[in-house]
Amino acid sequence: MLETWVPVLIFFILVAGFGTVSLVLSYAFGPKKPDARKLSPYECGMRPIGSARERFSVKFYLVAMLFLLFDIEAVFLFPWAVVYRDLKLFGFFEMLLFIVVILAGYIYAWKKGALEWER
Amino acid sequence: MSEYLTSSDFMILMIKIIVIFGGVMGALVYLTWIERKVMARVQMRPGPTRVGPFGLLQPIADGLKFLFKEDVVPANANRFLYIAAPVVSLIPALLSFSVIPFGPWLQVTDLSVGLLFIFAITSLGVYGIVLGGWASNSKYPLMGAMRSSAQMISYELSLTLSVVGVLMIANTLSLNQLVMSQQRTWLGFIPRWNIFLQPVAFLIYVVSAVAETNRLPFDLAESEQELVAGWHTEYSSLKFAMFMLAEYANMVTVSALATIMFFGGWSGPLVGPHWLKAALPTFWFVSKIFLFIFFYVLLRSTIPRFRYDQLMNFGWKVLLPLSLANILATSFVVAIS
Repeated sequence: MLETWVPVLIFFILVAGFGTVSLVLSYAFGPKKPDARKLSPYECGMRPIGSARERFSVKFYLVAMLFLLFDIEAVFLFPWAVVYRDLKLFGFFEMLLFIVVILAGYIYAWKKGALEWER
Repeated sequence: MSEYLTSSDFMILMIKIIVIFGGVMGALVYLTWIERKVMARVQMRPGPTRVGPFGLLQPIADGLKFLFKEDVVPANANRFLYIAAPVVSLIPALLSFSVIPFGPWLQVTDLSVGLLFIFAITSLGVYGIVLGGWASNSKYPLMGAMRSSAQMISYELSLTLSVVGVLMIANTLSLNQLVMSQQRTWLGFIPRWNIFLQPVAFLIYVVSAVAETNRLPFDLAESEQELVAGWHTEYSSLKFAMFMLAEYANMVTVSALATIMFFGGWSGPLVGPHWLKAALPTFWFVSKIFLFIFFYVLLRSTIPRFRYDQLMNFGWKVLLPLSLANILATSFVVAIS
């Protein structure tokens, strides 16, 4: 069981090594002539206005919360789907119940306007 | 442990890793050439022609140019995260190739949970984007990163849910067995590919995959007319190249998954002498992936960009219910048959 994961580890080391070497190479070969204007945040050539560390819309947070709920549902569906042929009709009705509950939550979120991006 | 490191199994494994890693890196570099050439042809331009015949050496010239460019780190950026972000987005993008079967034997390792592994790994790619955008401490990258992460998590739902229908038919998460389950034919000549059994799932998968990889018409994360270049606006030299490499790697990964799940992976007609029979599966697999990439590029050059609210509405209000309905319909049909 664990042996099948060793190649993944080796591949990971290879890929991480490739990334690190690229970082070192671009640091080593590139010219280094920094000046204050070059190092300032890019705003189409204008002098930057204010800071980028500002607040952003709460909608992004809402999307992340909804994503968590539905992604957990997907996690439950995966093992169910793999053994589905053995479960037969029992598995169908069990999962039907589960999906109906999820759907109820989904419709509630929709009616509450959680899915509207622009209002 | 030490005898494992000197065994012939380990040697074969290392050869496979080197072949796959080298092949994938070469293909990714040349994808930039293919994309530029195809887009140019669509727009009635010749595309790159100066460097080498047909501009074939252009990717190498680009790579060298990236290498010798100044590595700018903005003054008020979060230095550590800024430097780490390209690697963070590159590692998961390339790591998924460790489980993709390029042929019956050309696969680094056939994990029993291969499909889950790929989904788990590729969804980590969003960290690279968010960290890169936030650590730049600049407005366009921050906005691009926020948009990109919201878009990616929204479409990841329909992406993972569209796969469930296929799983119910194949009953396995191992990618090689997914391919094996599509080996048979109907009436002796129609291949038993899952696309004929799960057309809706395939459509959902393709749309979500384009959105997942931040490609046009869903490239709101970089939309150059509003956000300059999105989350990698502040990046230069090989760090920028790594972000591009990760994007292309993700494109190839989702195309490979589409091929494996819906188009029978490496299966195809095997003819000719023994050596040709051994090489043909890989050829079929790569050709199918190439068709997907070609489709990607055509999409990019023909369809205009969505608006952000349209994008989110489409993902949450159309694709998500559709994929749930597909699961219910499939499970019903499988249950009564």
